[in-house]
Amino acid sequence: MKVVADYDKCCAAGQCAILAPDVFDQDEDDGIVLVLDPEPPAHLHDAVLQAVTACPGSALKALR
Amino acid sequence: MVAGASAAGLSAAETLRRKGYDGRLVVIGDEPHPPYERPPLSKQVLTGEWDEQRTAMRDPAALDGSALDLRLGVRARGLDLGGRRVILDDGEHLAFDGLIIATGVRARTLAGAQALSGVHTLRTLDDLAALRASLWAGGTVAVVGSGPLGMEVASSLTARNAHEVTVITDESVPMERVFGPAVGEMLGRIHRSRGVKLHTGQTVTGLAGTRGRVSGVRLADGTTVPADTVVLAIGSVPNTEWLAGSGLTVDRGVRCDAYSAAAPLVYAAGDVAHWDHRVHGEPVRTEHRINATEQGAVAAHNLLSELGAAPEPRAAYTPVPYFWSDQYALKLQAYGLLHGADRVEVPYADLDDPDRPRLAAFYARQGLVRGVLGTGIPPRVLRELRGLVTLPKPWEDIRGRAAELLAALGSPRHPAVTRDADRGKAR
Repeated sequence: MKVVADYDKCCAAGQCAILAPDVFDQDEDDGIVLVLDPEPPAHLHDAVLQAVTACPGSALKALR
Repeated sequence: MVAGASAAGLSAAETLRRKGYDGRLVVIGDEPHPPYERPPLSKQVLTGEWDEQRTAMRDPAALDGSALDLRLGVRARGLDLGGRRVILDDGEHLAFDGLIIATGVRARTLAGAQALSGVHTLRTLDDLAALRASLWAGGTVAVVGSGPLGMEVASSLTARNAHEVTVITDESVPMERVFGPAVGEMLGRIHRSRGVKLHTGQTVTGLAGTRGRVSGVRLADGTTVPADTVVLAIGSVPNTEWLAGSGLTVDRGVRCDAYSAAAPLVYAAGDVAHWDHRVHGEPVRTEHRINATEQGAVAAHNLLSELGAAPEPRAAYTPVPYFWSDQYALKLQAYGLLHGADRVEVPYADLDDPDRPRLAAFYARQGLVRGVLGTGIPPRVLRELRGLVTLPKPWEDIRGRAAELLAALGSPRHPAVTRDADRGKAR
């Protein structure tokens, strides 16, 4: 799985960092998403998919 | 089956798939467009920064991957609860084993608005296209309503520098109902400094027009605010008419229990759902973008669980509500329940720099703090502030910690402590 973020669409809600903190964080200043692990291990895939669904800006994609 | 193809409906459908449901999954939506984001319509799309395609929630491949029987431009006309069927407007009857209702809300309008061109609401992509066409010629714009949507429209149109914008509202300050009078007053000052004219405390009695085109907004004091384009941002109406006589309880939305269930094997999610929030001990309905997604996911899980298709038991839906609004450099972020507050405290406010306004406010009802609003607060601090309101708490339990956290921002130029002034005013 490859994780891709559209930084322009990110609205800094921080849902991803709450649901999958090993994969996502937020920029210290503006809260924009930081992808910590663009190719996360299998045990994190479900959390990543939850974050993709939960993102209120549709800013995340998980490519297989 | 999922009735509704916007954020809540899509979230429900994707969650059903993610949790292993591989049967037939019909999703109907009354708009012709594939699922798209509404929040940018009054923000980046209205300012012209984005074209409409950017609002698509999923690219076609991702939608295909969910293997939905996605039927767009189709509306539900009725629900036969006993027969487990949804009746569509083309007369087709669709049988279901489980149903998630995510039919959302529509924009409220004014009597007589349909008869005049130049009068718009802003909820859908089609609304946006019509509004844009009306704005093309420039001219003056009157926004009716000063909630977050109305003020976003005002800020986006002002940012384009092409329009003179007047906001007409029955509130005494913008966003008074949502954020309380003290915060609304501060935000109103920012709007005024950007050139937005505010007509507060006004009741709209109707629309004026000539030759089928709007020419202004009539007020109760007898005056008319001239306008070439009018944007109505006066709230919404839940789309529940199709459920009349179905046996479901409709009360300001689809009335649901703590699990988002409206009846056996029937759930509701998103703007249309009015459910029992166990943490707050009261029914809640929100029109927040994140709620649509979270409730859609929980409803999907609970439905699968009820069907015996998920190993985990059903879960009560007890979110920490969240919404945001972008106005100029303001990114307003609110967690918890702000509505119904009878006391608002603003421990931090520094709005002198229009490009870096910073504010934190807490909202309480009957002595219990239930919500927090922040703008310009670093995300790590804001997440901590959110943590203070996940459960209702007495003021004594949060004031000290909030002060500690906010001290990291340095001292505000104008520490604003608003207390009893707000009592009883925010609704």
